[in-house]
Amino acid sequence: MSDVAARPAPNFLANGWIKAGLILAAIVATAILGARLDTSGTLYKIFIDPFEQMASAPDLLVQTVWEGLVSGVLYALIALGFVLIFKASGVFNFAQGIMVVFSALTLVGLHEKGVPAWLAVILTLGVMFVLAVAIERVVLRPLVNQPDIILFMATFGITYFLIGLGESVFGGNPKQMIADQLWLPKGAVDLKILGGLVSLQKIDIAAAIIASVMIAVLALFFQYTRIGRALRAVADSHKAALSVGISLNQIWVIVWFTAGIVALITGIMWGARSDVSFALEIVALKALPVLILGGFTSIPGAIIGGLIIGIGEKLGEFYWGPLIGGGIESWLAYFIALGFLLFRPQGLFGDKIIERI
Amino acid sequence: MFYREAGQFKSTYQADMAVFPIRQDRIGLAVILLIAFIGIPLIGNDFFITSVMIPFLVFSLAAIGLNILTGYTGLISLGTAAFMGVGAYAAYKMTTAFPGVNIIVLILVSGLFSAAIGVLFGLPSLRIKGFYLAVATLAAQFFLQWAFVRVPWLFNYNASGAIEVPQRLLFGIPVTGASASPETRYYVCLCLVIVMTWFASNLVHGKIGRSWMAVRDMDIAAELMGIKLLTAKLLAFAVSSFYAGVAGAMMIFLWYGGGEAADVFNIRLSFNILFMVIIGGLGSLIGSFFGAAFIASLPTIMKFGLPALGVPLSGATAEHVTFMLVGALIIVFLIVEPHGLARLWQIGKQKLRTWPFPY
Amino acid sequence: MKTSHLMKTAALGALLAAGTFAAPAFAQDSIYFANNAYRTGPFAGSGIPIGDGMRDYITMINERDGGVGGVRIVYEECETGYDTKKSIECYEQAKAKNTIVYSPWSTGATLAAIPRAHIDKIPILSMAYGLSASADGTSFPWVFIPPFTYWDGASLMVKHMAAELGGMDKLKGKKLGLIHLDAPFGKEPIPVLENLAKKYGFELKIYPVAAADMQNQGSLWLSIRRDRPDYLYNQGWGAMNPTAVKEAIKNNFPINKLVGVWWAGGDDDARAGGPEAKGYKSLNLNAAGTNFPAIQDIQKYVVEKGKSLAPKEKVGENLYNRGVYNSMLVVEAMRNAQKLTGKKVITAEDMRRGLESLNITEARLKEIGMEGFATPTTISCTDHSGHSKAYVAEWDGTKWTKPGEWLEPLKEEVRPLIEANAKDYTDKAGNWPKRVEPCEKSS
Repeated sequence: MSDVAARPAPNFLANGWIKAGLILAAIVATAILGARLDTSGTLYKIFIDPFEQMASAPDLLVQTVWEGLVSGVLYALIALGFVLIFKASGVFNFAQGIMVVFSALTLVGLHEKGVPAWLAVILTLGVMFVLAVAIERVVLRPLVNQPDIILFMATFGITYFLIGLGESVFGGNPKQMIADQLWLPKGAVDLKILGGLVSLQKIDIAAAIIASVMIAVLALFFQYTRIGRALRAVADSHKAALSVGISLNQIWVIVWFTAGIVALITGIMWGARSDVSFALEIVALKALPVLILGGFTSIPGAIIGGLIIGIGEKLGEFYWGPLIGGGIESWLAYFIALGFLLFRPQGLFGDKIIERI
Repeated sequence: MFYREAGQFKSTYQADMAVFPIRQDRIGLAVILLIAFIGIPLIGNDFFITSVMIPFLVFSLAAIGLNILTGYTGLISLGTAAFMGVGAYAAYKMTTAFPGVNIIVLILVSGLFSAAIGVLFGLPSLRIKGFYLAVATLAAQFFLQWAFVRVPWLFNYNASGAIEVPQRLLFGIPVTGASASPETRYYVCLCLVIVMTWFASNLVHGKIGRSWMAVRDMDIAAELMGIKLLTAKLLAFAVSSFYAGVAGAMMIFLWYGGGEAADVFNIRLSFNILFMVIIGGLGSLIGSFFGAAFIASLPTIMKFGLPALGVPLSGATAEHVTFMLVGALIIVFLIVEPHGLARLWQIGKQKLRTWPFPY
Repeated sequence: MKTSHLMKTAALGALLAAGTFAAPAFAQDSIYFANNAYRTGPFAGSGIPIGDGMRDYITMINERDGGVGGVRIVYEECETGYDTKKSIECYEQAKAKNTIVYSPWSTGATLAAIPRAHIDKIPILSMAYGLSASADGTSFPWVFIPPFTYWDGASLMVKHMAAELGGMDKLKGKKLGLIHLDAPFGKEPIPVLENLAKKYGFELKIYPVAAADMQNQGSLWLSIRRDRPDYLYNQGWGAMNPTAVKEAIKNNFPINKLVGVWWAGGDDDARAGGPEAKGYKSLNLNAAGTNFPAIQDIQKYVVEKGKSLAPKEKVGENLYNRGVYNSMLVVEAMRNAQKLTGKKVITAEDMRRGLESLNITEARLKEIGMEGFATPTTISCTDHSGHSKAYVAEWDGTKWTKPGEWLEPLKEEVRPLIEANAKDYTDKAGNWPKRVEPCEKSS
């Protein structure tokens, strides 16, 4: 979008970031001042005590940040599925959560039927491909050129359908993820640092690595392949892409299939951390603040957003949660995202929203 | 043939600008009201009234509320359920604090609390747009739901954290609590919904409604035309949350009758109401009714209706089939008419107007 | 504007109302029993084995004995997906079909049904779940909560902790953590634990888990690591439990100090932890395994004839047996009601009398092939729960075992709380129906 370049020269105070920083600094300064004056009051508990805790038990701080990092990566993975589809087809895919469950259930279900683990992975990918083709044929093609909100609604229909289908095929029983058969490591690495013990789960390390590799591969794929270029073209403008001979239908199948692959990997990782059941669908909602924070159209945004949300909510819950009864994790992420959005309404890396009359 | 306005002349501007300018529409409306007031309580049994009609009315009202925000003003909200919750908890707090006050008044007043909270969370809408605005309303959704569980004052320090709806009388007849008959509760819901629909219809057809629609179509252009965005958008949030709050209070007091209220107002309900608005038709009051019937009542009717009609389905299988059918129906309807059931309805009326000689 | 569609809706509604929703006429010699089940949704993992157990025991009674007292039981499941809205629909449906007892199978559904049931005169059997205060039969004549309440469970947890530490006086200065689902079900034990903490001088730490974060408990377990509680009580359900077990192992929390409420004792819950979950504990009210004549009869008459929905290897698992236990209570109450009234086909009102004077003795348990499966339970006019004994089950890596004895809950702690809360509940409800039902003598 060339309009971005035509920005007016940056005015010092007009820059949202600097303004945000100044306001934040002012708030923090007054608060710390207030806290210093009253060492037993609420302000002390909010602004001084958590940091003292951090300093006194650095191992727990490291552990918290690590937990945040891992969940951040996993949130980013879910968000990635959304971003891919949103970029290429402008569809906000409500069904991503159920696709995670569906792919993981297919994998485990096939393995239960006696299919070897890796063959089951390949077959699951096949199923996800068929699903992508079906969605493109049945849902997207007839709805081409409809407003975004209609396509959003259609993905809700897909969700309902997949819930019904998944439960009637696989049943509602929770299943164990076949982590061992897929060579996923078990156990933990215990690091004795900072006068304490920091325990890193091998599965978490694996998740972080696999997610990073996945993201790198996708980035390369988008950047350097023919299909990747076509995808970017479609993301920019459907009509322009069509006019240079890019097949929208084909691109959509590819994108939904890629989202399916991402869903499968997400399902394996979350499944290995707890188990595979329809409750996993709820986890997908965690991707919403990530998406909004990172911007709907940006892959790096999904990653950075995921990390900010993951680490932010874990630190918030651990150090500040007990002050108001705990359980604040459920909404903290949204407030973090909201805070960022007030200064950057299109998300951290989203395309700038340009409005013309 | 029967639906034709030939021969109906308007001699005043007012008559011409009426919401229902055609006589047949007015007759139709009267017939519907007649059925709603007399027919349904007469024929329907308790199950039909409590599990199909009351939920339908409650969801219609919530959908109208969201339609004002999303359909008329173009602001997406995923926090409707939380605003409904505010209404429910406000009504509960008020009726336990002032047991003597008429419950209907309290249900309506509880909407005001919801409106206030709605305005608060609507403030970011001035800066954030589109799907991004969803985050502000999602923050409301999750924060308020957390508060419903975690602030014991809201549920009067009940050991289970549940709301128990006390019995309240209206003209000596119990309207809330367990001894209220389904018919009474139905009539109260019906009257509230009719009055509030009428109010909403006047609102959206008037100056305020037009300013909302201008904002929806393009807010910068609307601003240039002299519409104050701040007032228009916040008013939309306030009115929408008011409707949601009243619907929420109705839901707990006239339908659920108490229980695990915090869990009722979850994100799923928010999504469902948004989907009612979309599939019913954005920017259409009648669409809100269609949407509520489709998303809320259809699964219930299929679940209990199909086995009773002799389709051998039971338990979990019925649930799966219902899910798949509803999902497929949503997609089919969207493909047939992406602008919602309300548009389908309009097309039908147009066809009927020229029938049997379409040329 | 709205004419024909709504007319159609109304016509359809009328049709449905008149024709299809009307209570189907059952043959005279049958008893209709509607049970809520959730074989779908996020809690299906716990709901399926329970539903299977309930269904199979009733089927077995029908197949083996031809029903209760010669009357067949018509058993119907209503799918709720653990959703309160659907549960309410199921209640209305059960009412329309004249069920003799309503079995809500979720605390939320129980809470919503309690006021209605007292007007509609349908007994509620919420077996070891639901509103603890409803154990007060004087205020809640239509609600039954055998064999004990969540409050009894919480007191049992404290008792278990004391027993392991070597006496009630050793509790002083210890730390008990409560992980709970952030919903009425999960918060139920808090008042009792708070009272006991004050009385015995231990510290209570509370860790709520929002339903959306059931499978995402990372920060909660970090807090547990920081606070280092001596024991953890897990009031969890569904996907929350396997995640808690896995997280406990991950965070090196001693697994034998983690005790679940009886609903956290699913085989799938413990199995998720792998071999390291050995030693995970859970309060229990029924024995696991198939080594009981009643369960063997189920295998013989139901499972082997292909009439069960449960896979063969799941029969005898803990939650399956829990379902069997619940159905046993229903069947015994029916039998009792038949005996009391002399009628064969009983009504909901007869069933209430049957439940109120239910007395399951050791001898009776032996007769029905459940010796050692559960403990005797007596329900009385005032005490609708019985405050029966429970034991602490232990996961041995493959199955649930019973290493210790049956423990009695701290009734003297729980009972006053129940009475106070029941009074509070009925006072607030305004015009709560006064008990008019005469007391039954225990049979």
